[in-house]
Amino acid sequence: MSKKSFRQAVNEALRQEMERDPTVVLMGEDVGGGMGAPGEDDAWGGPLGVTKGLMSQFGRERVLDTPITESAFIGAAAGAALRGLRPVAELMFVDFMGVCFDQIFNQAAKFRYMFGGTAKTPLVIRTMYGAGFRAASQHSQCLYPIFTHVPGLKVVIPSSPYEAKGLLIQAIRDDDPVIFFEHKVMYDDEEDVPDEPYTIPFGEARFVREGEDVTIVAIGRMVQMAGKAADALAKEGISCTVLDPRTTSPLDLQSILESVEETGRLVIVDEANPRCNIATDISAQVVEQAFDALKAPIRMVCPPHTPVPFSPALEDAFIPSPEKIAAAVRSVMASPTRQAAA
Amino acid sequence: MAKITALTMPKFGLAMTEGMVAAWHKQPGESVRQGEEIADIETSKITSAYESPAAGVLRRQVLAPGEMVPVGALIGVIAEPEATEAEIDAFIADFLAKFEAERTEAETEAAANPERVETPAGLVQYLAAGPADAPAIVFIHGFGGDLNNWMFLQPLLAERFRTVALDLPGHGGSTKALKQPEPPALARFVLAAMDALGIGAAHLVGHSMGGAVAIAIGQEASDRTLSLSLISPAGLGSEINADFIRGFIEAKRARQLNAVLQSLFADPALVGREMVENVLRFKRLDGVEAALRTLADAHFPGGRQAYLLREALARFPGPVQVIWGAQDRIIPPAHAEGLAEAVRVHRFENAGHMAHMERAAEVARLIAELAGGR
Repeated sequence: MSKKSFRQAVNEALRQEMERDPTVVLMGEDVGGGMGAPGEDDAWGGPLGVTKGLMSQFGRERVLDTPITESAFIGAAAGAALRGLRPVAELMFVDFMGVCFDQIFNQAAKFRYMFGGTAKTPLVIRTMYGAGFRAASQHSQCLYPIFTHVPGLKVVIPSSPYEAKGLLIQAIRDDDPVIFFEHKVMYDDEEDVPDEPYTIPFGEARFVREGEDVTIVAIGRMVQMAGKAADALAKEGISCTVLDPRTTSPLDLQSILESVEETGRLVIVDEANPRCNIATDISAQVVEQAFDALKAPIRMVCPPHTPVPFSPALEDAFIPSPEKIAAAVRSVMASPTRQAAA
Repeated sequence: MAKITALTMPKFGLAMTEGMVAAWHKQPGESVRQGEEIADIETSKITSAYESPAAGVLRRQVLAPGEMVPVGALIGVIAEPEATEAEIDAFIADFLAKFEAERTEAETEAAANPERVETPAGLVQYLAAGPADAPAIVFIHGFGGDLNNWMFLQPLLAERFRTVALDLPGHGGSTKALKQPEPPALARFVLAAMDALGIGAAHLVGHSMGGAVAIAIGQEASDRTLSLSLISPAGLGSEINADFIRGFIEAKRARQLNAVLQSLFADPALVGREMVENVLRFKRLDGVEAALRTLADAHFPGGRQAYLLREALARFPGPVQVIWGAQDRIIPPAHAEGLAEAVRVHRFENAGHMAHMERAAEVARLIAELAGGR
């Protein structure tokens, strides 16, 4: 056990699975990068150094630098998965899904179903998401709701380095296509991460903390924000459960419902655009299945329905903050229906 | 001036650096007796009751539930009824000023961390505490446990003894390779760890399956075994809670595992979210499930104990004591009956399978007495 960054946790998961299983291969734009060019001994490992060192350890046979043609290499990865490899393809920014989405949602996601269960597609697509990197509208989106919408895809959004390593190893060993989301401002986050390989099962939410008054469900990076809000609220005497679903497909609705039965109040924090996102999906399902347990209206804390702004001041205001989450929690605590129920 | 007492975040175990109030059991204005439980404290390992250090009236809850603070931080104030609000305010202000000053000095002092050593029997993780030249105590945990099981007991004994808590193979941070699961092989693993740490002979404290391992060490190397303190040990009868063993191996979800772990304790409230999460983190490691199954198949085939070590224990020449919680739901306390007359048997009410966590102070006293009284 030692302190590792999110970047190191992802790198270690890839390295350990490539050591364990020779069918695991990497492909993408600059996943090696630069190695062998004049003055470049080792690989760059992508624009943020996440896959650094893997090409020098495993060679060009297993770490494939591809041209800037997502439709070609995502399609190649899907085909390779169908034929027995376990490719981990890197879609550098999820914002680029538009040029390769047919390969994902109409091909990889459908193989098992349309071939009558005889095909398996152990494909992982790693991709960067999220705002806060001053990277403007075309490199800052979340977009995981779009993938969550498609049956046949599994969607994983780790909230910390420990979570990232265990969930990525699970993703590589899974026999279905998995889209693995990495928030680009979390790569330097550090925490204790075991040196040994380990797996975290999909579809099981993590209770980050347990409280009595309000359930906060938060996605990906928003789990940290919710934790900070819960710290501040504890000082005011409001105790919060913070739930991290870990995967939005499959979604552990059972844990969310159980928690809402206990607290009666729900705040959902999602960095994705507010229409048809994970917050609206969870909200609808909770209302449908646990309406009687609710003491107050559900509140969703999301960005406004706009592209991510490039202006730093606007970008900071765009992202859900601990203050906005705390305000939402206070509002459900103060809701008049609470008195009516009490 | 009326007596005012600070309630501070306690330190449970060597590695604890911070904790939070899980729940207050007393409200401001209520009177409390000394030793009465006034709050539940949650650490990264376990939830435990906080007993009032003094009698008086709970005047302030300084810390709200759910807020993490360092060990030693002020969580509440108890005072005699005649203390004025102004006196209490002054007391709190004074405490906070001093605490901040001391904390800055103490921050260089790191919490004790486990270490690892390679041995011929494989990688061993251990936590050492206490003077290196003092007599040694070696702690051996049970099935599915790890060195953290001794977190309450070890600090109490580390003042007078060189204490070493280790992880058995397949557990904690030790090697996950477990080819030979039977007690003599596990005994050789512990002896190899003692060799690597330069411990010739030690007082052995074994819990549950670790108790059977301790008996096996006493058999294999009686010259290196100064005494045996066995807490709810395996090996003294054939019954064992097969549902617990199976449930522990199979539980993948926090809620399943929570129910399983609760059966270890007389008071199920001791099992906190973090304890469950820590056990889940252990169980998720590659190789752990296989190791646990190998151990369970060898030690508890068909839900019965396979290794019966009463004769081996009877032949052990040194002092022996057996400690059992009366509410043990894993191995029946009746297994402590019918042992040789020289064996001291101690039974604790209000304790389950984990007397070393549930009644740490008393168990520490018994171990010190046996180890020191030779």
